[in-house]
Amino acid sequence: MTDIKQVQEEIIDEFTILEGDRESTIFYIMELGNKLSEYPEEARLDENLIKGCQSKVWLTTEEKEGKVIFKADSNTDITKGLISLLIRVLSDRNPKEIVDADLYFIEKIGMGNILGSQRSNGLVAMIKQMKLYALAYQSKLNV
Amino acid sequence: MTLDIQNIRGQFPVLDQEVNGKPLIYLDNAATTQKPKAVLEALSSYYTHDNSNIHRGAHTLADRATRTYEKTRSAVRSFLNSKEEEEIIFTKGTTEGINLVASTFGRKFIKEGDEIIISTLEHHSNIVPWQMLCEEKGAVLKVIPINDKGEILIDEFDKLLTEKTKLVSIVHASNALGTINPIEEVISKAHKIGARVLIDGAQSSAHLEIDVQALDCDFFVMSAHKIYGPTGLGVLYGKREVLEAMPPYQGGGEMIKEVTFDKTTYNEIPFKFEAGTPNIADVIAFQKAIEFVNDLGKSNIRAHEESLLTYAVDKLSNIKGFIPVGTADKKVSVLSFLINGMHPFDVGMMLDASGIAVRTGHHCTQPLMNRFDLEGTVRASFSVYNTKEEVDRLVESVSKIAKLKNK
Repeated sequence: MTDIKQVQEEIIDEFTILEGDRESTIFYIMELGNKLSEYPEEARLDENLIKGCQSKVWLTTEEKEGKVIFKADSNTDITKGLISLLIRVLSDRNPKEIVDADLYFIEKIGMGNILGSQRSNGLVAMIKQMKLYALAYQSKLNV
Repeated sequence: MTLDIQNIRGQFPVLDQEVNGKPLIYLDNAATTQKPKAVLEALSSYYTHDNSNIHRGAHTLADRATRTYEKTRSAVRSFLNSKEEEEIIFTKGTTEGINLVASTFGRKFIKEGDEIIISTLEHHSNIVPWQMLCEEKGAVLKVIPINDKGEILIDEFDKLLTEKTKLVSIVHASNALGTINPIEEVISKAHKIGARVLIDGAQSSAHLEIDVQALDCDFFVMSAHKIYGPTGLGVLYGKREVLEAMPPYQGGGEMIKEVTFDKTTYNEIPFKFEAGTPNIADVIAFQKAIEFVNDLGKSNIRAHEESLLTYAVDKLSNIKGFIPVGTADKKVSVLSFLINGMHPFDVGMMLDASGIAVRTGHHCTQPLMNRFDLEGTVRASFSVYNTKEEVDRLVESVSKIAKLKNK
C-alpha cells in the first residue's frame, strides 16, 4: 500500500492539472464528493457530527486488523469532496501513521485560499477529529 | 426618470475589480451596500481636516465637527420625515436600536404577563432582545404566522392582539425573503388597543419611502451601511413623548446634565441616549450617503431594482431545478432561492468562483427557515448599481450549476 506521502503527492498532481482555476477546482472537489462511498445509515447520529463545521459532517470509524477505517458523509457536496480526500489519505492506516501524519497536501493544493476561512476552519475540525479517533485507537490497541 | 447606471457605477470604486479572474458582480446588497466616493471622501476629509471631539469643545475644529455632525441629524430627520431632530438618535446599527428600546422602554413599561408581538419573518436582532426582556420580566412573546409565499397572516395578527399587548415589533421588509409587510395596517391596529409599535427598517430604508409621521410608528430603526453609508452606525427614531418617558440606555459622558456623587440628572433627548464619544466620522459621512439617495430619488432607485428583480425571476424560473423561496406579492429586491439537490453553501461557493457575490445560509432568520423546513437559501439582492448584464451572468452561472444535479 502506498504511504501517506505518496497519496498526498498523487493528489497534488491531480490538482496541478486544474492550474489553480477556482471554478474547475470546486467542480472537481464536488465530483470527488459524489464518488464518496455510502455512509452507514445507522451511524447517521447527532453524536457522530463533527463540531466546528458549518455544514453537517458525520464521521464514524471502525478498526480492522489494527487499522483505522474512516467513513464520513456531509449534507454538502463540496464538504463531501474534502472528506473524500482526507479519507483517501488517512483511512485504512495504523493509528500511529494517522496521528503523526503531516497533511502538507492541503496547503500545496491551495485549499485554504479556495475554501475561505469558514470552510477552512471546518476542514481543520475534520482533521482534528480524525486524529483524535486515531489517538484513541492507539491507546486502546497499545501500539 | 431613468437612471444612468454606468455613471452611478463610476461612483463606486469597489465595483471595478476582478474576483477569481472574473469581473466582480456584487449581489449581497441586503447584507451591506457598497459606498460611493462621496462617502469615502467625507470619511477621509473628516480625519484629515476636522477631527476633534464634538459638543463641548471650545475650539474651532470642535465647533466645525459638531456642526457637520448635527447636520447629519437634520438630514436623517428629513430622510425619515420625523417631526423633530431630537427624535433622531444615533446608534451602532439596527441591532443596537432594538436593544436600546428593549432595555429602556422594556425596562420601564413591560411588566409580568404583558405581551410582545413579532412576526415569523424577523431577523434574530428582532427576536432575541425581546426573548431576553420577556424572560427577565415574565412577559410573553407571540409570533404572527406567515403563509407559504412568506406573507404575514393579518387575521392571525388580529387574534394575537389583546389588551395585554404592549408592543408590536415588526420588520418592514424581510431580509431573507424580501417580503414587504403591511406595516400601516399593523401600526393602526396595534394603536387601537394602545400598544406601541417598532418598525425594523434595516432592509426597507434603502428601497422604500419612509415617513414616520404618516406611518405613525412609535419607533423606527435602521442601519447606515445598508443605504450606502458606513458600517457601525444606525438610527433610532422615536416619538418625543415616548423617548422622554424612557430611562437612559447607557451611562457616561454626553448623556448627563449634572453629576454629583449623590445624584445625576440626565440630558435631554437625543443626547440622553448617546452616551460616550459617538461615531463622529461615520455620522458625518452618512450625510453623503443620504444625499446620494436623495439625488437619485428613492422611487427611481426602486424602479430600477424592481426591474432587475422581475427580470431575474423571469429568467431563473426557466432553469430546471431552480426553486424560489419567498414569493410575496410585494417585495424589495431580494431573491432567495435553492437549486434542487444542492446545498446553498455549495451554490454560493460556485457562484463566488464565477465572481458573483451572494449570501448563503439562514440569513440570521433561523425560525423563518424552520417555517419552510430549510437550513438556508441562496440570496441574491440587487442595488441601484447592478445591471441587467450582471443578472444575465447570474442566470448563466446558476444554469450551469443547476445542470450538475438537474439533467
